[in-house]
Amino acid sequence: MKHLDFDVIVVGAGHAGCDAAAASARVGANTALVTLKRENIGVMSCNPAIGGLGKGHLVREIDALDGVMGRVADCAGIQYRLLNRRKGPAVQGPRAQADRLLYQAAMLAELEQTPNLSIVEAEVVDFLMDGDAVCGVRLADGSEIGSAAVILTTGTFLNGVIHIGNEQRRGGRMGDKPSIDLADRLYGFGLPMGRLKTGTPPRLNGKTIDWSILESQPGDEEPVVFSFLNSKPKVRQVACGITHTNEKTHDIIRQNLDRSAMYGGHIEGVGPRYCPSIEDKVVRFSDKSSHQIFLEPEGLTVDTVYPNGISTSLPVDVQEAYVRSIVGLENVEITQPGYAIEYDYVDPRALRLTLETKDVPNLYLAGQINGTTGYEEAAAQGLLAGLNAARHAKNLEQKVFSRTDSYIGVMVDDLVTRGVTEPYRMFTSRAEFRLSLRADNADQRLTQSGVEMGVVGSVRAQRNSEKMTALSAAKAQLASITYTPNELRAGGIESSFDGSRRTGYEVLSFPHISFAQLSKMTPALSSIAPDIQVQVQRDALYATYIERQKRDVVSLKRDEAEQIPDLFDYEGLNGLSNELRSKLQASRPQTIAQAMRVEGMTPAAATLILARIRQLQKLKAS
Amino acid sequence: MDTIFAEATARGKAGVAVVRISGPLAFSAVEMLAGDVPLPRRTALRVLKDAKGAVLDEALVLCFEQGASFTGEQSAELQLHGSIAIVRSVLAELGRIEGLRAAEAGEFTRRALENERLDLTQVEGLADLIDAETEAQRKQAMRVFSGAIGAKVDVWRSALIRAAALIEATIDFADEEVPVDVSPEVLELLAQVIGDLNREIEGSHISERIRDGFEVAIVGPPNIGKSTLLNALAGRDAAITSEIAGTTRDVIEVRMELDGLPVTILDTAGLRETSDVVESMGIERARSRAELADLRVVLLPDETSEPEILPKAGDLVLIGKDDCGTFGPASISGETGHGVSALVAHVSSVLSKRSAGSAVATHERHRMAMSRAVGSLETARNEILLDSDRAEIAAEFLRTAIYDLDCLVGRIDVEAVLGEIFSSFCIGK
Repeated sequence: MKHLDFDVIVVGAGHAGCDAAAASARVGANTALVTLKRENIGVMSCNPAIGGLGKGHLVREIDALDGVMGRVADCAGIQYRLLNRRKGPAVQGPRAQADRLLYQAAMLAELEQTPNLSIVEAEVVDFLMDGDAVCGVRLADGSEIGSAAVILTTGTFLNGVIHIGNEQRRGGRMGDKPSIDLADRLYGFGLPMGRLKTGTPPRLNGKTIDWSILESQPGDEEPVVFSFLNSKPKVRQVACGITHTNEKTHDIIRQNLDRSAMYGGHIEGVGPRYCPSIEDKVVRFSDKSSHQIFLEPEGLTVDTVYPNGISTSLPVDVQEAYVRSIVGLENVEITQPGYAIEYDYVDPRALRLTLETKDVPNLYLAGQINGTTGYEEAAAQGLLAGLNAARHAKNLEQKVFSRTDSYIGVMVDDLVTRGVTEPYRMFTSRAEFRLSLRADNADQRLTQSGVEMGVVGSVRAQRNSEKMTALSAAKAQLASITYTPNELRAGGIESSFDGSRRTGYEVLSFPHISFAQLSKMTPALSSIAPDIQVQVQRDALYATYIERQKRDVVSLKRDEAEQIPDLFDYEGLNGLSNELRSKLQASRPQTIAQAMRVEGMTPAAATLILARIRQLQKLKAS
Repeated sequence: MDTIFAEATARGKAGVAVVRISGPLAFSAVEMLAGDVPLPRRTALRVLKDAKGAVLDEALVLCFEQGASFTGEQSAELQLHGSIAIVRSVLAELGRIEGLRAAEAGEFTRRALENERLDLTQVEGLADLIDAETEAQRKQAMRVFSGAIGAKVDVWRSALIRAAALIEATIDFADEEVPVDVSPEVLELLAQVIGDLNREIEGSHISERIRDGFEVAIVGPPNIGKSTLLNALAGRDAAITSEIAGTTRDVIEVRMELDGLPVTILDTAGLRETSDVVESMGIERARSRAELADLRVVLLPDETSEPEILPKAGDLVLIGKDDCGTFGPASISGETGHGVSALVAHVSSVLSKRSAGSAVATHERHRMAMSRAVGSLETARNEILLDSDRAEIAAEFLRTAIYDLDCLVGRIDVEAVLGEIFSSFCIGK
């Protein structure tokens, strides 16, 4: 067996790779991050933005677990917008435009100063094997690096093919070569694989845009940043522009549809429904005479602009023609054409909830290779894989997240239980416990468990424990104060309730009540720090609904705790329909909770499986 | 942990129906119905009353303390008179108690398992038991849906998906080109479903389809003597019989007791190719009802012909209209009575081994689900009417309602909602 050069090797330094390597190093594992080019660490291949609805929740969770994405994004955030600002906090998602170069620089700096982490510039062409298990990687120059675990985060580089019109070339991203050897090896493992596609719009030279006639979209006046450790943006803030396609644009696209890679039949991979190309929009929503485009600056020091909303696989000359038909872009210069990219992914049902592959021990997969899309989805998986690979190398117990505690838990459970039919993107509607899984309370939900998992550093642990103490003190204080309906009315709070007294915390849960109104009635409350006041109010707002969901949470947790052995034999289990049996056989759920999410599953079938598990346990014990 | 309840009796000759309750609130539920909690493990005769004090039944009540019951939880058994009306009213009353809900198939067993109260050498037998329970429930549900309510259920399903999609679109795609105010359409959809559900709860459609017990279908080509056989079994002219082929254009049901078992005999339209639209609809209906029946009696013209419906375990395949008794024991004639008592003996021996899913329980389960759903939908509606920018709260109650209606409209997961969003709105930057 190859000696151990590192505890953990991370292949690929995109968003999954960066947070994987950083998490692994934080847990204390000697970690190597292997990347083709050092200067490409943390590249944003698609739009220059981080966060959004669901995605912003993920960034906050990564940050709560002391991951790097949130802090790095705050070093690069040039326009912050809290989406759904007018709706309740459960569905508010922080989002920011990011300066690409600042992001890459901050990420590189962050990783370079991370203890236990080495950056290796090389191409990985193969795995080193010890029987069925992975024990390191082979590089293009023939050298070998041994490790206890390998995390593969190759994004769209597996058999990547770029399409522009009817032109195709192999590539993992514009200007980079794909990983063909690695894909062959993965196929050799017998992992189930599929093909997906995604696309990007052409990039524009901002100096050739007529900004003077375009609507401008500024950031929020009070920016909400990503990291719990930060309170305000670190760099200059800019605005985005807004323009629209028109009938002329649509005519050009319609006339040239057959020259689009998508419509010309060159693409077999499945693209995301929520990110259609402009060709798709024009065809599928032909009654719409105009589509909105956000013109997003790619940075403070570069002129490139990302026109969000017009991704395409049309030939370059058509791209030029339709872009120039748009108001403000009449003389625009395309700096890089838009393209569609097809790539291989591994069916995530081949993974455990830890992101280790079920059939290839020591091999973890994270990011787009698992059929997801988005930087945030990738980074969150990276963190989970890094955490577990490091713990595995150190012979510590594996850790998983639950649908009841985080969006990370929701995403991973969705992936490994249901698989994907299109690139998987996070939405808040995927989280059944949305009211408790909020961006604002990610630290309350996760930081302490992160400390116990060994993935949270001492600075954050300290800050968090101070905040938690302050929060519980404030809640205790509010719970100890009670008001009669008359007192409330005197304080300007309309109270049509029965005659009973309400605690301060209960009053805060009514809609449209401000903390200031309470402080007016009870001046002692104003000694509570303003940020704690805000947070207590958010918690109070949903308290009654969260209480109501408790039973569901308990029952889901109970199902999550019931483990199904890896080699569980569904064939020998009478009472399951053949259809259900083959579905269970294919997805091999690890817990009863996962099994319950397999299509066609019934509580009765769960009881049967459980009975057999107990029977096996008893046999083993005797 | 919820407290669960279900009718536990295999229905048949016995005049007693047993309702089982298990969970932390079992004793308090007994106290609410019976006035007090009898000493554990001692049968006690109690008058059961509903919350308003109306008498439901006089029953034997048997309580088991936690750790000393089938499930290992605190539990109770109510031994009621075996009448549909009584069982229904007791189940309904239990369903109204906060913290109690109808058990899923196999759920008592699961609790017994978790509390290590089960002999694990019998997992195989358990499989059959749960399987039968699930299958019986499924069949009951299917029978309900093959009636007038079936079409409505589809309407509710798409209305709920649409309403959820509209609300979720304003939440998850706030920065996209989606309609800002979806309230009018959502309110309209909710009003429609709430109205429909309320009408169903009052019992206008489902109740007419309640058939407790087993179903036996008589199938075969036209003019093979199906209706005559039915009449022989029923002892009265239940179905119109004539010598013209294709008289029974639909499904005729006759309820009877066979050896004490509650059985509904279905006389189905003759299976044959036809160009008559009305008749072919009848044939289609006959086919699907026959598939759902617990047992089929398939009649054939002679030994060489193939049955049009694939017989399942326990089904009988006989030569029909054997008025002269020339084909021996594998034949039957409603006209002369030849083979009829053998048929009754066979049916009763097969069915008495099976446990009939209680249609009353299925109906009660649906009614409770609809009541809970109406509550949630009304809260969602009020939340929208308040117009307080709390779409996430409205969405939460809509989600709860959809979850409650799961057993009626089928599982609606987030993919269905997202599918509706992406097909209605041009989303994507």
